[in-house]
Amino acid sequence: MLRWISFAVIFLLAAPVLIGTLIAGLPAFGYFPTLGSESFSLAPWQDLFEVPGLLKSIGISLMAGLLTPLIALTLVFLFLASASGSRLDKWIRRLVSPLLSLPHAAAAFGLAFLIAPSGLLSRLISPELSGWERPPDLLIVNDGWGLSLLLGLIAKEIPFLLLMSMAALPQTNSVERVTMARSLGYRPTIAWLKTVAPGLYALVRLPVFAVIVFASATVDVALILGPTLPPTLSVMILNWFNDPDLSYRFLAAAAALLQLCISLSAIGCWIALEKFSSLLWKIWINTGDRSTLEPLCFIAGRFGMPAVLLLTAGSLMALVLNSFAGFWRFPDLLPSSWTLRHWSGSIAELATPLANTLIIGIVATSLAIALVLSALEYERRRGLKMSMAMWLLYLPLLVPQVVFLFGIVVFAESLQLQANLPLVIFGHLLFVLPYVFLSLSEAYRHLDPRWSQIAATLGASSTKSFWRIRIPLLLAPSLTAIAIGMAISISLFLPTQLLGAGRITTITTEAIALSSSGSRNLIAVWSVVQLLLPMLGFIAALFIPRLLWRNRAGMKEIQ
Amino acid sequence: MCLFISGLCLSNTSGAIEPDLSNWQTLEKQASGQTVYFNAWGGETRINRYLVWASKRVKTLYNIDLRHVKITDTAQAVSRIIAEKQAGNSERGAIDLLWINGENFSALKQNALLYGPWAEVQPNFSLVDADRFPEMREDFTIATEGFESPWTRSQLVFYYDSDVVTNAPGSIKELLQWAQDHPSEFTYPRPPSFLGSTFLKQALLELAQSSEPLYRHVEESDFALVTAPLWKYLDALHPHLLRSGRYFPLGSADLRRFMGDGETSLAFSFNPNEASLGILNGELPESVRSYVLDGGTLDNVSFLAIPFNAQHKAAAIVVSNFLLSAEAQARGSNQEYMGSTSVLSMQKLSSEFQQLFLGTAKNLAAASAEDLDRKILEPHPSWTTALERAWIQRYGAR
Repeated sequence: MLRWISFAVIFLLAAPVLIGTLIAGLPAFGYFPTLGSESFSLAPWQDLFEVPGLLKSIGISLMAGLLTPLIALTLVFLFLASASGSRLDKWIRRLVSPLLSLPHAAAAFGLAFLIAPSGLLSRLISPELSGWERPPDLLIVNDGWGLSLLLGLIAKEIPFLLLMSMAALPQTNSVERVTMARSLGYRPTIAWLKTVAPGLYALVRLPVFAVIVFASATVDVALILGPTLPPTLSVMILNWFNDPDLSYRFLAAAAALLQLCISLSAIGCWIALEKFSSLLWKIWINTGDRSTLEPLCFIAGRFGMPAVLLLTAGSLMALVLNSFAGFWRFPDLLPSSWTLRHWSGSIAELATPLANTLIIGIVATSLAIALVLSALEYERRRGLKMSMAMWLLYLPLLVPQVVFLFGIVVFAESLQLQANLPLVIFGHLLFVLPYVFLSLSEAYRHLDPRWSQIAATLGASSTKSFWRIRIPLLLAPSLTAIAIGMAISISLFLPTQLLGAGRITTITTEAIALSSSGSRNLIAVWSVVQLLLPMLGFIAALFIPRLLWRNRAGMKEIQ
Repeated sequence: MCLFISGLCLSNTSGAIEPDLSNWQTLEKQASGQTVYFNAWGGETRINRYLVWASKRVKTLYNIDLRHVKITDTAQAVSRIIAEKQAGNSERGAIDLLWINGENFSALKQNALLYGPWAEVQPNFSLVDADRFPEMREDFTIATEGFESPWTRSQLVFYYDSDVVTNAPGSIKELLQWAQDHPSEFTYPRPPSFLGSTFLKQALLELAQSSEPLYRHVEESDFALVTAPLWKYLDALHPHLLRSGRYFPLGSADLRRFMGDGETSLAFSFNPNEASLGILNGELPESVRSYVLDGGTLDNVSFLAIPFNAQHKAAAIVVSNFLLSAEAQARGSNQEYMGSTSVLSMQKLSSEFQQLFLGTAKNLAAASAEDLDRKILEPHPSWTTALERAWIQRYGAR
């Protein structure tokens, strides 16, 4: 059965992904019969390398892909090192669900409204402190170096990495390790960094890779916060693909392959960086230094990440304000009038999209978690590492969505599949599965094998120890993976729209359709609607283990 | 899992029936009971609500289920049609009716991805008086040849905050002087966004020695020579724009937001009712007023087209005919509902229907009817692409 499921994963998912990518990639080499081009050529690549500012675009994509995970992970680890178990820690844990549930575009939009020259922060000091009666003419959002883009990405990825770390932390025996190190005279933050961080990093490594890929290829955040002259490569691809002049599709296909290479290079650079840091860590550990860096790490950890989270919380607040705002002139700190109109106009036809969202999300995530658990269990019993075919499952995250999905639509159409709910669910599965896999796999693989060995010596079958030992021990990471899968499914726009031919509406397709008007108020309303469902999932993922293990002292640590 | 897979494989095998264009009664009978998937931009709640009304009406009148498929960009629909063609789907297309014009129409028509001709079969087509208004048969100079049917009209209008601005510029040339006097109070969206390209075309039409070459294919004239005055103009204008021309916004929504935030005091839009709708939505101050440049501004018609492989062509034609009726157009031009400009010719309407239009009072913030009479026709679509490329080459990477 397990073997069968593993093959099913590969054939049902990897095959369409591979075929979709191939179909999408062919125009890069001049082959696109529908547009009358039936011979191969390298012309699209020549055109691509003549695009003005291409190198700068690539540079910004690479920079975003490397600095986002570096800074976000550093802040998260320093925070965990300095604040584990403190009151601040408990507070942040409560805050993480709503912040993580905020859709990327909404978070970016909120941040833009916070830091723009006419934004909330500027209003806070105007006109009394700044003397600004009208917004200052400053290029803050969309700056040429992509700094606001970087800030937006870091702010959005910190909650993700924090949640992943929190889910994996119990497996590192962090409390015992820190206690041991402290008994040897290490200050608490240093103790955590030296004894827990390396093990924890191994567990969150795949999620970090996901952050690299997302940051180097993001479209929605880059559209709102990114540079414009030139924009990031991902935005250029979208523009070319959507250009009414269909000959740009060749350029878009070539650029999509280039984007794939950039994301892979970013991962390559990161792996080099890993080697280098591991060397540094070893040297640092060998020095036996117990306290020199403690004050610095402690302050950076206590204030760095909370400051960024505060910024995201501010963006969220800005969105909520906007959803009730009437006309809101600069430099008024609050709108001059309030209204429920934006809400009442939007909520009227929420029932069908909501039902579709829930059906698609629940089915896709259930399938994903079942497939992932079977594949991981099969891998464990066989003692195999992930096969090549499993790596193919990451392609949907690596190839720009708009190009990749075009290939999938062609594939589905040529199989004469009707654009209906099952097809949309299948499309979601292609994106949900890799996230569920990367959220859960390291935790699963690193689970102490001795638990299962003890169960076996007591006569339990593999199946029994799976259900009675591994699932309960991995409940927290599993639920987190499910919540992340749900959140991903809820947030997917293009797969729903393209595979459903626009006939299947979800809250996200409605939100994005209405957001295309650019009305700040409507964007705010729909961002809040979009945020609520995944938030329930994350809250459940955090509290179900607490509820189930309330009588188990040994599992307390997992909370 | 098995159920799920079998669900995937279920495909509707009923192909399309060729609509009978020779007899309207037969066509209406064919259309009865069909479902029309109408792919149209879904970014405006008013338009969405208008289409909800329209779907109720066509259900009562013709027993047709009209479903509004909300898209963010016509390119999404174009993509779908290309994918279906590539996969050999020639009669079960998912799109029945599409809101379209200009470059998108030209591209689809060129690649034989549209069904037609059908537009002039509609009884209501006579109401647009295409013999007097050639733009009803010409989309950006491309002859529609019955492959699309007119739906709404748009025109480039400028709007300004009358609390701050007293002397809004009346021409593209005056705009440069105005921008020098009011630094960082104006900007335009970056091409190839639709509105940004429109600004380039408007500026070129006013600045070029002669506008005549712009109505032919771009390859027939010396592009560098014709456009030289435009680049000279933009080089002079950019330092005085918002953010000193180091940043250009995305589209009309950004322009509206900049004005609402008080960053700029002059902007423009392709919807003559942008300002009045913006005020109604609380996005713009009540002091905003609209106008059309002295020499007229670009004006175009947007159309409805049917993809070559649409599954419900008969019903799509009947829906299009309904949307072209006096009843539907009058309601559409009402600010309360859609707030678009009608494509019908008033002289073709009976006095009873003319009354319907008279009832739709104009908002103070909207451009006046006399203003909107000053129209300039859209250049050949090849100019749009060429101007966009040249702009990106010059200003796209700083």
